[in-house]
Amino acid sequence: MTTKRMAIIATKGTLDMAYPPFILASTAAALGYEVQVFFTFYGLQLLRKDLSSVMISPLANPAMPMPIPMPVMVQMLPGMESMATMMMKQKLKKHGVASLQELRDLCLEADVKFIACQMTVDLFEFDKSEFIDQCEYGGAAMFMGFAGDTDICLFI
Amino acid sequence: MNFDKEFDASGLSCPLPILKTKKALADMASGQVLKLIATDCGAVKDMQAFSDQTGNPLLSSTEEGGKYIFFMKKK
Repeated sequence: MTTKRMAIIATKGTLDMAYPPFILASTAAALGYEVQVFFTFYGLQLLRKDLSSVMISPLANPAMPMPIPMPVMVQMLPGMESMATMMMKQKLKKHGVASLQELRDLCLEADVKFIACQMTVDLFEFDKSEFIDQCEYGGAAMFMGFAGDTDICLFI
Repeated sequence: MNFDKEFDASGLSCPLPILKTKKALADMASGQVLKLIATDCGAVKDMQAFSDQTGNPLLSSTEEGGKYIFFMKKK
């Protein structure tokens, strides 16, 4: 049996959108898939050594369940983003959902390959020392080399 | 049922029961049996899917007082 392969393009850097790529990558790896995740644009935030700046915003996120109905005017007040992030993290913990850090570590342990978009690093003038050492830097063509021969390819 | 190793994944949500099962199986020998306990009801279908896709036979899958008990044999 040939090894199945999965490729994911992670483009979002918010707490809620950080979960799907890490959950799917770690699970596929556990099922024996060879997995690569290409982090581009805001997705690059998920490769930071320190993930504490990954947040969730109730603003422009009408599908987010809130404990009490909250008008947009209130959602935009200073500190609301930090509060929503704190509440979301507490909720995740309470329900036994792994932290982003834990899921990312599990991905790395299972040999999921992380590719950071070099163009995005240059565009936002990011300092590579702020990113984890276990990622490789590359471009679209490099990713296609892998993605072109996969069983599953997702854009998140 | 006899088993060689037990892992309690109670309180953990998807995909942790599967990831922990994979890790628990890693240092077991072929033919040995793992007992897994979970409280995530999604684990019932996930463990079957894990078994189908990895070829480690799921010997039994039962529910006992809100806990899901699985016995999986390492291929």
